[in-house]
Amino acid sequence: MKSRETTMDASALKRPRRWHILVFLLPALAVYTAVMILPLIETLRQSFYNTVDGQYAFVGLSNFKVLFGDPRWAADFWNALRNNFVFFLIHMAVQNPIGIALAAMLSIPKLRFSAFYRTAIFLPTLLSFVIVGFIWKLILSPIWGVAPYLMDLVGMKWLFAPWLGRPDSALIAVSLISVWQYVGIPMMLIYAALLNIPDEVIEAAELDGVTGWSQFWKIKLPLILPAIGIVSILTFVGNFNAFDLIYTVQGALAGPDGSTDILGTLLYRTFFGFQLQLGDRSMGATIAAIMFLIILAGVSLYLFVIQRRMRRYQF
Amino acid sequence: MSKARTSIVRTGAVHAALIAYTLVALFPVFLTIANSFKSRNAIFREPLAIPTPETFSLIGYETVLKQGDFLGYFQNSLVVTVVSIALVLLFGAMAAFALSEYRFRGNTLMGLYLALGIMIPIRLGTVAILQGMVAANLVNTLTALILVYTAQGLPLAVFILSEFMRTVSDDLKNAGRIDGLSEYAIFFRLVLPLVRPAMATVAVFTMIPIWNDLWFPLILAPAETTKTVTLGSQIFIGQFVTNWNAVLSALSLAIFPVLVLYVIFSRQLIRGITAGAVK
Repeated sequence: MKSRETTMDASALKRPRRWHILVFLLPALAVYTAVMILPLIETLRQSFYNTVDGQYAFVGLSNFKVLFGDPRWAADFWNALRNNFVFFLIHMAVQNPIGIALAAMLSIPKLRFSAFYRTAIFLPTLLSFVIVGFIWKLILSPIWGVAPYLMDLVGMKWLFAPWLGRPDSALIAVSLISVWQYVGIPMMLIYAALLNIPDEVIEAAELDGVTGWSQFWKIKLPLILPAIGIVSILTFVGNFNAFDLIYTVQGALAGPDGSTDILGTLLYRTFFGFQLQLGDRSMGATIAAIMFLIILAGVSLYLFVIQRRMRRYQF
Repeated sequence: MSKARTSIVRTGAVHAALIAYTLVALFPVFLTIANSFKSRNAIFREPLAIPTPETFSLIGYETVLKQGDFLGYFQNSLVVTVVSIALVLLFGAMAAFALSEYRFRGNTLMGLYLALGIMIPIRLGTVAILQGMVAANLVNTLTALILVYTAQGLPLAVFILSEFMRTVSDDLKNAGRIDGLSEYAIFFRLVLPLVRPAMATVAVFTMIPIWNDLWFPLILAPAETTKTVTLGSQIFIGQFVTNWNAVLSALSLAIFPVLVLYVIFSRQLIRGITAGAVK
């Protein structure tokens, strides 16, 4: 290996330019830079600009001051940020444990029909938000009455309420719909991690009398922690960039009364405007910049703190 | 003896739990498709019943096909998805080959730069993307969507494909070089055929978010002629909220292609996800 590299380097020195490398890299680099990186930088830049007296000018941090200082903007922003955290926490508390439990059951050796279960449970993940949003809107609708009917079967009809229409329960209901849709992803990633545990480890545990529940908690769970870490960061990025489901279920106003408004819907309304509100490019860029910082903070926390600590569990 | 019995009980409990969750996952889809074939009265009277000869009705589908240009939407979605996937695979494989095959200054840095987009969502640049598309006169064209989705899909494609290309034997490539093949021929004729399974995985990963995306069609191409099926059904359903037959039929039509593709490709898809996660 080493010798090959040195000969390659030597031949590279002889040939002055290896144009084919550039040819191979150029198309991907050009599209990626032009459509993704430059707009991202440009958006961040525009968060420092605004129109002052009809002139588009550099305004420093004043957009951010408006966002955090102006009572109306601040109320909207903090509301969206808080809702977004609740959205994320519900995913972490419901979606990921269910995903882990399903994966643990599916990975039981010689379980019958496991391929069927896996395929069926993953199906909702492939459906678009539009489909998922409307299906659940219909099911939860008191007009159709499917949800109350089903709850009646198990004697819980008294619990039913038009959850999507109530400010105190709408966010939880929408989050759970999203959990329903996405539970397949943690399930698959954890399932793969479980299959990846060497048989010797499990056999050694069994020889030591560690089986069943305690085997899962003491042996398997520590070994799949890196996969759980990946699932968590994917959930984080996905949730703080979510928009579609809320938009289809509750509309751009993220009602009732802004109770399901998250950063994605706030960005949409701010940038493009909605009904009486006019679109505002600079404030839109400002909100996008804040979202960028939040996601960057989460990803950095994962890469530099969490992933590093987990390294020691890997084989 | 008692150990065998507890294991039967445990397997039974596991099956019960998995069946229960499978029902939760499939029930909404079943409900939608079953009711889309029923008359309006039957939808409301017995939502859980399977359509019978008395309650069977195609009125919803008739409305959908008459009112909305679903065929056109499908075509748009298909064009956008297929072209984007083709570009992501071609450009992604080329870049992955350059990164995994050659040692050059800035190689690692280039890899990191391209990987940035795996974690940072392209949506955050929407403000400037729209301005750029307006300036380039690409608003309300499928080209705008294709460009955005290609950029969106590239980072993960380069990452996965370069992992796979590192496993292609050096002897094979060097044998090709001795036989006088150019670097391009080595890439297209030797390496690409060998990483075909990885390309399939990338294709599936790229396809799902593109087909299902609502954000960019809504912002970049909301015109009637460029609507994708996701945006089209969103708007159609918004207009026909009270016509339950039409809504359920539109939903079923949107589910159908996904369902068919999934039934055909579920094995590859699941293998791809599990293999990718191991890395």
